Amino acid sequence: MSLEIVTANRLKDGRTVYLGEGSWSESLEDAQVAGSAAAAQALLAAAERSAAANEVVAPYLIEVIEESGRLTPARWRERIRAEGPTVAAGSNQRTREIA
Amino acid sequence: MPLIKEGAVTEDRWRHLADAEPVPAEGPIVVSLERWQREENALLSRAAPLGVRLKAGQHPEAIAAHVRHLALVALEFPKFTDGRAYSYARLLRERYGYTGELRAVGQVLRDQLLFMHRCGFDAYEIACADAACAWRKALAEISVFYQPTADGRPRRPFPRPATAAEG
Amino acid sequence: MYRYDEFDQRLVDERVAQFRDQVARRLSGELSEEEFRPLRLMNGLYLQLHSYMLRVAIPYGVLSARQLRKLARIARVYDRGYGHFTTRQNIQFHWVRLAELPDILAELAEVEMHAIQTSGNSLRNTTADQYAGVAADEIADPRVYAEIIRQWSTLHPEFSFLPRKFKIALTGGKRDRAAVKTHDVGLFVRKNAAGEIGFEVAVGGGQGRTPFIAKTVRRFLPEQHLVSYLEAILRVYNGFGRRDNLFKARIKILVHELGIEKFAALVEAEWAAIKEGALKLPEAEVARIRAHFARPAYEEIATPPAGLEAKRRADPALARWLRHNTAAHFKPGYAIANISLKAIGEVPGDIGADQMEALADLAERLSFGEIRVTHEQNLVLPHVKAGELFALWQALVPLGLATPNIGLASDIIACPGLDYCSLANARSIPVAQRIAERLADLERQETIGELRIKISGCINACGHHHVGHIGLLGVDKQGEEFYQMTLGGHAEEDASLGVLVGPAFSSEGVVDAVERVVETYLDVRKPGERFIDTYRRVGPQPFKDTLYAAH
Repeated sequence: MSLEIVTANRLKDGRTVYLGEGSWSESLEDAQVAGSAAAAQALLAAAERSAAANEVVAPYLIEVIEESGRLTPARWRERIRAEGPTVAAGSNQRTREIA
Repeated sequence: MPLIKEGAVTEDRWRHLADAEPVPAEGPIVVSLERWQREENALLSRAAPLGVRLKAGQHPEAIAAHVRHLALVALEFPKFTDGRAYSYARLLRERYGYTGELRAVGQVLRDQLLFMHRCGFDAYEIACADAACAWRKALAEISVFYQPTADGRPRRPFPRPATAAEG
Repeated sequence: MYRYDEFDQRLVDERVAQFRDQVARRLSGELSEEEFRPLRLMNGLYLQLHSYMLRVAIPYGVLSARQLRKLARIARVYDRGYGHFTTRQNIQFHWVRLAELPDILAELAEVEMHAIQTSGNSLRNTTADQYAGVAADEIADPRVYAEIIRQWSTLHPEFSFLPRKFKIALTGGKRDRAAVKTHDVGLFVRKNAAGEIGFEVAVGGGQGRTPFIAKTVRRFLPEQHLVSYLEAILRVYNGFGRRDNLFKARIKILVHELGIEKFAALVEAEWAAIKEGALKLPEAEVARIRAHFARPAYEEIATPPAGLEAKRRADPALARWLRHNTAAHFKPGYAIANISLKAIGEVPGDIGADQMEALADLAERLSFGEIRVTHEQNLVLPHVKAGELFALWQALVPLGLATPNIGLASDIIACPGLDYCSLANARSIPVAQRIAERLADLERQETIGELRIKISGCINACGHHHVGHIGLLGVDKQGEEFYQMTLGGHAEEDASLGVLVGPAFSSEGVVDAVERVVETYLDVRKPGERFIDTYRRVGPQPFKDTLYAAH
């Protein structure tokens, strides 16, 4: 049975966020996990109400798996969204990339 | 749907006739292009005002020869992202010499009003709460124009832009 | 350089106010995302994987020192301290916030910059040859016409909702340094037999899902008809371009489906009706624009200073930089200096705020305050005295901007890819970095010679992989990143599209694959042949053999 969470981008600053218990967080750890199709749809419905209220843009469900006791996205693309660009910061960037 | 004409919400006097509906003897009517092409003579023989509604993809060349008989041309924007009617409007005004009401219908949103106005539209069916206010604001947002169009603003030697203030 | 008059300035100021209102209406919910999206795209604002991304227009790739300093400030104050130059001579900021966008645009307007139409189904930034106005082989300065096109295309009321985006590029001489044949409209400045200036007009180029090289639609278009002809092309495209299928909506598909003769006939018929109208360019107007691009106050330098030659002989690193990163200037005693943003291991095309500011200072001191952006994600100081090249090089080295690799194997074009872009299927930047590291040795790069490697993270081809000598296209195969390789693409006047060599390479294997291609070239080349020459002589088979030979 797959585990799912909801992700979106925050409207005002575009940051990757995850739906936690009634609020959005930039940390995937805070995400509310759905273990069934019904639970997933309920989460998505809540997220869409939030989008209609202009808090986030285009929420969607993603699959997560457990790895070393932590939840991590199943898809590579979503891992990049969660952890930030994979490129090493060189001398031409002031700060290390963070999500 | 509010109709904006000359900056104010106006009552729509026109009757939009479905293709199967019989043509009334009196009153201003708008018909589809297909109907116009089938019943041109009958429609022209009426004494009352006549309008044609073009869908996106129906090039106004089809009515170009008869624009002086038309008091209304309605151009459809099926989605606001479909920009064909902007070209149709300019051709009607600048090429075919159409001088009647040129109405934007379909998905007509506030943020496209200035572009439409510049292309020659002078009436808008806009789904907007305070349509007259939206219209005024939309038209006042940009006052500098690089392109000569037939929107009534005097044309300068291109590309020195004309401005609304000097218009 | 073009300087705004009061009308130009008022337009950008009003645009800022208009967008400020649109943002407020979006944040309040008066505008839905669906209604707002085309509006924000028309101001260059994308929503990407991690953040909003702002693409700022750099018209035909020309920047003043003042503008570059402002970009540095925007990077510092509103972003994460850096920017990224694109294959259309624009700059992108990857970490901006919607709520701050109006302030960013207001700051840009202070220095005559904007983000108008850098996205969306509109006329995009018109690009030009980065050596415009200074190249020894130029017929006429294309920036004059690029500026005229910029004005004509800005907030064009008829062409703001095209079937798809529309890109125009110009080159000022026989050589195409602006990849014009890969554009929707490509313009070559030409002179006719009477010595009059005009353009060869090519239409229907493009990369992406179905790449095409542009076809000539008119051999010679007189100068005064530039804008009326473009208007005719756009009107035909706006009316007849496909709107039923996003992937078939570019003008290249229309040209392909109609055939160039039928397409040309439609354009010529439309043009005949408008060419003598208000869009005809009066000579006085062209002259007015041309005056903005008057030559800077060059000194008359009869003989080049002796010191440089001696330094060159003494210092191989300087010699290398001069050899690869400088180009001939029409004015005796001057040179064009290329600034490489492809330091080994760095992100191709990225520049930090500190570097931008230092470069702005150098431009003021040594290049009449002017900088250019190339479509290969590098920069140029276009007017450097030969006698000051050594001082320039010395200043660039500690800034990390002196890598002597322009046009060489490590001068790689790479799109932001899956590290940043929501359209991507695979990452491009790490592949570019690893290839550059593998081929880092400068002597080896010099042995290889001119080699243009271009990497795109998806079919949209922002990395221009179709016209790379070696092109790599990132794909997603069951969640893993793979790279398809094409060979033999070329982006100059003899443009060609790359040919797929075979099955895609894994992320682990792609760098080896590139190296094998390079080795094969070195094995079979004849003296004086660049990679592209050898490829055109021997075809893909020798490369396929080494890439896919069973071990």
